Amino acid sequence: MNAIINFASNLIRGVSSNKDVFKFNGGVHPQDHKAESTTLPIAELAIPEQLVLPLRQHVGYIPKVLVQVGDFVLKGQMLAEPEGTVSAAIHAPTSGTISAISEQIIPHPSGLPDMCITLTPDGKDTWAKLQPLDWRNTDKKLLVDSLRSSGIVGLGGATFPTHIKLLTNGKSNVHTLVINAAECEPYITCDDMLMRERADQVVVGIEIVQHLLGAEKCIIGVEDNKSQAASAMTNACVGKSMQVKVVPTLYPSGDARRLIHLLLDIEIPNDKRSTDVGIQVFNIATVLAIYRYFEFGEPSIKRIVTITGNVAKPQNFEVLFGTPLHSLIAAAGGAKSNTTHFIMGGPMMGFDLPNEQVPITKAANCIIAAAPDLFAPPPPAMPCIRCARCADACPVNLQPQELYWFSKADNFEKARDYNLFDCIECGCCSYVCPSDIPLVQYYRYAKSEIIALDKAKEAADLARERNDFRLARIEREKLERAQKHAERAQAGKAEAKSSEPSSVETTKEKPLENQNAEANTTAPTDKQAAIAAAIARAKAQKLASANAVESPKQKEAPTEVEKTPEVEAAELKAKQDKQALIAAAIERAKAQKLAAVQAGVAPKNVENVSAAVQAEINETDAIREKVKLTTETKKSE
Amino acid sequence: MNRSPYITDSPSVSMIMLKVLLALVPGIIAYTWIYGGGILVSITIATSTALVAEAVLLKVRQRPIKPYLMDMSAVVTAWLLALALPPLAPWWLVVVGTLFAIIVGKQLYGGLGYNPFNPAMVGYAVLLISFPLIMTKWPAPLLLAEHPLSFMQQLNYIFSQVLPNEIKVDAITSATPLDYLKTQLMLKHEVASITQAPIFGQFGAKGGEIVTGAYLLGGLYLIQQRIISWHLPTAFLGALATISLAFYAINPAHYADPLFHLMSGASMLCAFFIITDPISGPTTPRGKLYFAAGVGTLTYLIRVFGGYPDGVAFAVLLMNMCVPLIDAHTQPRVFGHKK
Repeated sequence: MNAIINFASNLIRGVSSNKDVFKFNGGVHPQDHKAESTTLPIAELAIPEQLVLPLRQHVGYIPKVLVQVGDFVLKGQMLAEPEGTVSAAIHAPTSGTISAISEQIIPHPSGLPDMCITLTPDGKDTWAKLQPLDWRNTDKKLLVDSLRSSGIVGLGGATFPTHIKLLTNGKSNVHTLVINAAECEPYITCDDMLMRERADQVVVGIEIVQHLLGAEKCIIGVEDNKSQAASAMTNACVGKSMQVKVVPTLYPSGDARRLIHLLLDIEIPNDKRSTDVGIQVFNIATVLAIYRYFEFGEPSIKRIVTITGNVAKPQNFEVLFGTPLHSLIAAAGGAKSNTTHFIMGGPMMGFDLPNEQVPITKAANCIIAAAPDLFAPPPPAMPCIRCARCADACPVNLQPQELYWFSKADNFEKARDYNLFDCIECGCCSYVCPSDIPLVQYYRYAKSEIIALDKAKEAADLARERNDFRLARIEREKLERAQKHAERAQAGKAEAKSSEPSSVETTKEKPLENQNAEANTTAPTDKQAAIAAAIARAKAQKLASANAVESPKQKEAPTEVEKTPEVEAAELKAKQDKQALIAAAIERAKAQKLAAVQAGVAPKNVENVSAAVQAEINETDAIREKVKLTTETKKSE
Repeated sequence: MNRSPYITDSPSVSMIMLKVLLALVPGIIAYTWIYGGGILVSITIATSTALVAEAVLLKVRQRPIKPYLMDMSAVVTAWLLALALPPLAPWWLVVVGTLFAIIVGKQLYGGLGYNPFNPAMVGYAVLLISFPLIMTKWPAPLLLAEHPLSFMQQLNYIFSQVLPNEIKVDAITSATPLDYLKTQLMLKHEVASITQAPIFGQFGAKGGEIVTGAYLLGGLYLIQQRIISWHLPTAFLGALATISLAFYAINPAHYADPLFHLMSGASMLCAFFIITDPISGPTTPRGKLYFAAGVGTLTYLIRVFGGYPDGVAFAVLLMNMCVPLIDAHTQPRVFGHKK
């Protein structure tokens, strides 16, 4: 059925069946506006008066600051070292003095301040001693470890620390390296220019990555609106184990999963990462940074940034990290008078910058000066008419109109059921919406709400567990009190009878003593058993509710960031720990019960049972014993 | 602030509706040619009624009036209803139908985007149930009429139901081929002899089939413009053809051939303009196929075995009810999910 539909759709659309490229659903064709910023070569931006280096320029933990205010640092010197696996170092982009370590506004959609190191350059641009590495003849593990302090992160915009993607622990199953040079967003040309001008260096970078991953095959995906770049790369690739593949210009072909499908006809399962099927994806600018790190020992201190849109001379600049935005704008001939604000990233997925003072960071691939004639303010949204243009445009094959409906109604469970977390926020749905509904905003809202709710639920579960505990304790204390009360009453009665002969007294006293002793021994075990049972109950409840809620989607990180192995391992461990705890609790309860049986405390009322009932009890006991044995053997295994 | 994407490229809702209206123009021209200018009067009455009703209801519901009037969706509803009604329907019939379509069929459900039923078909069904006699009285095409009415005579008839002295009502109206076929079959006549009657044309109704052809033309324009998807008309016409072919193959003496069903009544109007209403229809590609095939099948069943000569309106309304179910069960596979 689906095959027929697809065939018919293609027939109607007149899609040429290029056998080399494997189309994904949907996608859009915005005007690319790339010509404006490709007329001039990449220029180097002068060292500004001050550099502001946010500590958070990558995905993961913020690095640990190694310098103090007043320290003199050399160019390339490490200012902050990575902390934990998912973290990246920050280096001094030039030589100078640390003038502040303080909170400053960073280029982030929130527009909030964050910790930054401020460096006042001395203008001499003195390099620290650099240590190039002979990557062909050095141990791979050593190379990757050293990459950890390179500060290199994914320069396509995701800013995931690069060394993690190369961690193979000696056994890599990556057979194909995909180089993402699609650069599908309009306006952005930094990768285009990089390929035109530095194809030879890029190719060496690719060789390094291929070497580290042990990937025999490499495909470089370039969109067909970058013919110069594609031919430069093709020429540079001659005789190497890599191949340039030109893909049709269709946003968002630069999304990693979409690109893999385009190039290799492989759909990465939604709950897996590309490395699970032997594919690793690197952005082309990242590869160049890797090359420069090994070849010259240069850490990540600059990148190529496109400045375009409503500026006098759109161009690509090589910009030191921390350079304030206004320096870049000035270098591009200044913004035209009707400029309203600046956008970081492309027009499909970028965001408004809070001001012109914010620094250029590792994520800044493109800065667009916005003006009303370039980006018209959206007209007021009309109701959804269910035209399903969004569904036709969705590269993930979601039903955006349904997700919108559920998100708008705060029907988050439904939104999750309809795979909200598969949404890559590419913006195709909003782009084609005739009612001008800001669909992606609704999805961002729903995602953040769901994440917040999940966190709240976790906290509530913990609180409930504590409460169950408390209730169990109160119940137990009540019982204990009642028991004591009864004992005392009995003791009182016994005392009343103590006027009788002493011989009787001693005979009477004895069982009472026994009884007390018995109570003393059983009380703690009962207590423990009750606690254990309560824990087990709470745990089981929590697990059950977690399982009920947990759709496979939920576990995946909501952003484009893939889940780190660490986090996954921690989660797995937590889960295992939980299960182990439950098992232990059950075990304890059983053991205590058994002990009680052996001690002759329980079972009660078995003196006068019939033979049949007795047989049944024996049978049950045997089963219990067996179960206990099996669980024990399992445990020992 | 993250409010990307900053760019959009899509026709507005108004543009989509305007294109639908444009696609109806060939049909209206053919209609005028065949049945006279009366239809233009009906369309005008329906349009003005729809706009007034929409404005008043928006005001009552405290919604902005201008953007919703400008979306043109009310006009589309008005035109479709007017085209579905008999050409010389009295003015009040048009007004009542349009009021019902806009007020009950659309605004009371929440206006644009929220109506579960096709508003034009709601209006039509109400009229068909309330005024069955007028609704089945169609004028003969001008070229068949003994006394073709002039535009002024038609206008006069619409507003006052008065005909020139020498003409009787029976002289200007006749049964539609679908109606005629139904009654004649009940009289045990055979299809082949029934279709010899002058009201039958090459495929469907004499004259009417030209209008139908014009609708097809407009529909193809909408597909070409990507205003509607091919799924709906294809599945509707396919289902209608298939089921009529099946019955025709069993007993050609009692069941009309598929071409007759495709070219008669509201088939083409339904295929390209009525079931393609996105709001009351399904959204998934597979859902569209099921929905349209359901409408096609029900249309045939109502035509042949039901109590009404044409079954489009009820078929559409019945299938509208199934839309949430169809959508829920035809979700396409999401990228990366198991096949």
